[in-house]
Amino acid sequence: MTLSGWVLPWVSALAAAIIAYGLYLAFFVAPPDYLQGEIARIMFVHVPSAWLAMGCYAVIAASSFGLLVFRHPLADVSAKAAAPIGAAFTFLALFTGSLWGKPAWGTYWVWDARLTSVLILFFLYLGLIALRSSIEDETLASKLTAILALVGIVMLPIIKFSVEWANTLHQPASVLKIGGPTIHPSILTPLLVMGAGFLVLFIALHLKAMRNEIMRRRVKALQLAEVARAQAGQVPAAAE
Amino acid sequence: MSAIWTLVARDLRLAVRQGGAVGTALGFYMIVVALLPLGLGPDLNLLSRIAPGILWIALLLSALLSLGRVFESDFEDGTLDILALGPLPLELVAGAKAFAHWVSTGIPLALLAPVLGILLNLDLEIYPALVATMLAGTPAVSFIGAVGAALTLRARRGGLLVALLVLPLYVPTLVFGVAAIGSLLGPEGFLAPFLMLIAISLGAVVLAPFAAAAALRAQMQ
Repeated sequence: MTLSGWVLPWVSALAAAIIAYGLYLAFFVAPPDYLQGEIARIMFVHVPSAWLAMGCYAVIAASSFGLLVFRHPLADVSAKAAAPIGAAFTFLALFTGSLWGKPAWGTYWVWDARLTSVLILFFLYLGLIALRSSIEDETLASKLTAILALVGIVMLPIIKFSVEWANTLHQPASVLKIGGPTIHPSILTPLLVMGAGFLVLFIALHLKAMRNEIMRRRVKALQLAEVARAQAGQVPAAAE
Repeated sequence: MSAIWTLVARDLRLAVRQGGAVGTALGFYMIVVALLPLGLGPDLNLLSRIAPGILWIALLLSALLSLGRVFESDFEDGTLDILALGPLPLELVAGAKAFAHWVSTGIPLALLAPVLGILLNLDLEIYPALVATMLAGTPAVSFIGAVGAALTLRARRGGLLVALLVLPLYVPTLVFGVAAIGSLLGPEGFLAPFLMLIAISLGAVVLAPFAAAAALRAQMQ
């Protein structure tokens, strides 16, 4: 807690610096796409958001596993804090992708495999948040949400495979694949810088959200202790 | 083994004698399928083209309606606690109850599908394959749905929540189910999506009871 408090401002500053540098590279250094022109620059926000949308679910699933197997309370805090952030990045990926799709494909939305699977990922995030908020008992809510997250991580590859059954309009993955990236370095560098910036941003947001959650629990514990003490004080008073 | 069958038989008897549950799901299925042509217009060519999708989506929705029955009443009146104390592991209890849901809801819905297919101008020749597809896909619907039902037992507004949780997980079943029926109308092969559908169902039958039992166990403590 002390460590995270000390680290947090530095991580946030680092995230801001890397994203600022990445945006500079994206806007002024990277050449415009020869087919799509300037609009291809949306990619520098779109692709890192999509990476984080998936990475965040991995964080949630790992934390859920940690909660169910090792029963570590911090794992639950981590899973709870990561869900809204992941939903936000997923929404960002969908939103920027849709803005990009309008000029590039001529439509805001197509029922293409990748778009559909990211949309379903978004629904899974919403399901996690909704399930947690609809159960009053907090330990129970965290256990059930963890089970749902693990069910989701098993189902995600199947969902992805099933929606790819239909033909796809989206370009296939071009950074992480065997034989090296197929993107020119002049675009790849700003993309990776933005990716790193988003990653550090996620770490900063996640730390902040976890700190908030821990503080919220402390406040609640203090309140409960206060109530217990007040009741203990009242009982003799009523007996008199 | 006999304990499992006793439990399945008990759930089936309850489903029949309590009344309403099976009939409601079937009625809902018919109403949804009957309303869609009213919304889309009575163009028979269009209807026969989108019939596989309509039949599957309406089936998912009506199965969803009856999911509350799987654990809810047993959880409320304490039967589930007794079952948890009994000789059967909770995984098998969850599996047996999901199986009973499939027999009491999945199979009737699958058998009703061809009747509704007539309303949608679906080709009569594909009906055996249509029923086979529905029978192959509905176990996944019941077993994955049982996980959702187990997760939302103690949630407020559980009925709406279970839809939000479970419907995204139904996507593979829907995609391959529609692909299998659609392939009967077009030139593509029927076997590949049909086998995928069976694979999804078998996977759900094996894995879902563990998740459902874990959820039940967390809530009974």
